Amino acid sequence: MVNLETPDYLQNIKNSINGIAKGILRPVARKYDENEHEYPKELDMFRGMQIMSRPKKKKDDKPKDDKPKTKKGANLSQVVTIEEMCWGDAGLLLSLPNAGLGNAAIAAVATDEQLEKFGKKWAAMAITEPGSGSDSGSITTTAKLEGDEWVLNGEKIFVTCADRCDVVVVWATIDKKAGKSGIKSFIVEKGTPGFKLEKLEHKLGIRASDTGTFVLDNCRIPKTNLLGSAEVKTETEGFKGVMKTFDNTRPLVAAMATGIARAAIDFTREKIEENNIKIDYTKNLNNVTSLEKEFYLMEAHLEAMRLLVWRAAWMADNEQFNNLEASMSKAKAGKYGTMITQKCCELLGPLGFTSDYLAEKWMRDSKIMDIFEGTGQIQHLIVARNVLEMSSKELK
Amino acid sequence: MEEKNLCFALSEEQSIMKETAAKLVQDTISQNSHEIDESREIPREYLQKFWELGSILSAVPEQYGGYGMGYSPIMNSIILEELAYGDMSFAIACNAPSLFLNPLLDLGSDNQKQKYVPQYCSEKFKTGTIALCEPDFGFDPVSLKTTAQKKNGSYVISGKKCFVPFADEAEHILVAAGYEGKNNLFIVSKDNPGITIGEREKNLGLYSLKTYTVELNDCEVPGEDRLGEEEGCTFERFLQKSRTALSAISTGLCRASFEYARNYAKERVQFGEAIATRQSVAFMIAEMAYEVDAMRLMTWRAASALESKGEAARESYLAKVFAGDMAMKITDYGVQILGGHGYVRDHPVERYYRNGRGIAILEGMATV
Repeated sequence: MVNLETPDYLQNIKNSINGIAKGILRPVARKYDENEHEYPKELDMFRGMQIMSRPKKKKDDKPKDDKPKTKKGANLSQVVTIEEMCWGDAGLLLSLPNAGLGNAAIAAVATDEQLEKFGKKWAAMAITEPGSGSDSGSITTTAKLEGDEWVLNGEKIFVTCADRCDVVVVWATIDKKAGKSGIKSFIVEKGTPGFKLEKLEHKLGIRASDTGTFVLDNCRIPKTNLLGSAEVKTETEGFKGVMKTFDNTRPLVAAMATGIARAAIDFTREKIEENNIKIDYTKNLNNVTSLEKEFYLMEAHLEAMRLLVWRAAWMADNEQFNNLEASMSKAKAGKYGTMITQKCCELLGPLGFTSDYLAEKWMRDSKIMDIFEGTGQIQHLIVARNVLEMSSKELK
Repeated sequence: MEEKNLCFALSEEQSIMKETAAKLVQDTISQNSHEIDESREIPREYLQKFWELGSILSAVPEQYGGYGMGYSPIMNSIILEELAYGDMSFAIACNAPSLFLNPLLDLGSDNQKQKYVPQYCSEKFKTGTIALCEPDFGFDPVSLKTTAQKKNGSYVISGKKCFVPFADEAEHILVAAGYEGKNNLFIVSKDNPGITIGEREKNLGLYSLKTYTVELNDCEVPGEDRLGEEEGCTFERFLQKSRTALSAISTGLCRASFEYARNYAKERVQFGEAIATRQSVAFMIAEMAYEVDAMRLMTWRAASALESKGEAARESYLAKVFAGDMAMKITDYGVQILGGHGYVRDHPVERYYRNGRGIAILEGMATV
């Protein structure tokens, strides 16, 4: 039965994480924005926390009942946590030890043995290459099996937590002719010979998060470090498997956008109320100032963002295929997160342009949410293909 | 008590009701929605068919002549979306008995319920109505210009109302008026000499829904007909339900526009290919898809709050703000995707566009 009231357990998570966001992240948000590439040592306290995890796979599980389960879900808890943390600071959340995108990939597809070995390590994700952005099927980094080792060659850019991570999940092709189906992901440990961190980027926002370039030069890793199967299928099943990770991570990014937008809205509300304008959910939009009207509209869109995120997470918790809903959440949150943080700066006037306050930072931070894990354009494409029932060949 | 978990899926009961409402729409209004809009009148047998579904009566306690199956704003939202998917005028018309019954059951005294509710619980669809909107620039449902004053145990109401559905045939009109700085609802009988039903209005949209102006000139109403009697009523709660209902209606309307434009874009060939293969069109369709879903979720969020705690001030307000804004955007996209064909009345998207304007403007035309 439909129920979209926030349950107590989620409210409790929200409250306790908000305490952390307020007490630990916010106070150092500006410091690490200004000191790009410096490791936020305050985050060491989170090392023991396993944010990206999963229970071990059971060999032959389930008879499943048809009824959608309404159990307490890990994905829902996660999106609520992420929204609160990003309300504190998104760059710092992205720098949380052991909570990289690589960890999400490992949690999603690793064997129990791999999970045992790498589950507690900090794992970054390396997909993008200088010539391959959204078109991740076109990557040129290669992996060749030689005896008991894979040999990797290529260059990877825009790797989050590049400096701080322990291992990197690297996407590479084992058969260029096979196209997308030849693409596999590999776990590469830091310190492996031939694996070099080339440089760290300087960015518009999320500066607390280190983003870097790796070069793989005849980098040899154990055969068992391949995530998933080595088989190159004639269809693109393997690649789809890798892409499936995104169904899990897109709602998380959408939750990040929601958290930043809420931070901006909360601050704007505070300043509005300091100026003796009361936010009142009864007023007719035609009878309020333009500033108030913009405010109510932003808040409405914020609610819409959050509910789309919650739905995608709820579906994941209930083992429903959520490719469409995951992309919907990110399409909406990426676009409106950007718009809301821009609008807040506008409404705040000089307070929105000075670095005395964080509003200008939120506007910079939010922009990445419409770019990484699939740009807004890619999300709209995925949604459109889904609702139009068209293939990627029919709708390019 | 077990904690209620978040759930985005319909229960079996909700699914059945949704399908039943969808089938009713398919069998009635969808057969000839264009002709009905042009004819300016919804056939009474369609409304009767809806009445026979029993969804309104099931929420009325048995002692007042209903089925006493319990009241659910979520269920009502699901039904309203389906009805509005067929036609927005149809959705408002079907819901008209609730406009009178729902506030009465929710906010009325026991005497009032006993006196009035059974009159509306027969086998025949009987229109009820409410007079809330006022024909003024900057109309605000929380600060009404229509006012009531107390006189020898009665109330004397004066003011002008507009967009009152079925005012010509409703036996009672719930009139919203300010009394001592607070808004209240008063039951006004149609033969009260102080009430004048005006001309049928000619509106931008909702052609087939008859609405009227209503004038109250020193209209004297007995004290026992003030909703909630001496204590008055919590008018704000009625507004919350009305906002949630309009969001539900908007979701149905926008879904219709989205689906029509989507199907058209797949079939319409220009430059040798379906226009849906162009990103500029496809992205509009994607946007329509997720905004319709967001609108539904916001409606359900408000309805959930109403259902569990009877209070949804913020949720219903934001749902209505969102629906009012997005209804125009989505129905506009619907016309735009069809281009010139969307501008002519052969396709329903022009009707959706006209009706869409009503979402932000109309208050108190439906309730959950």
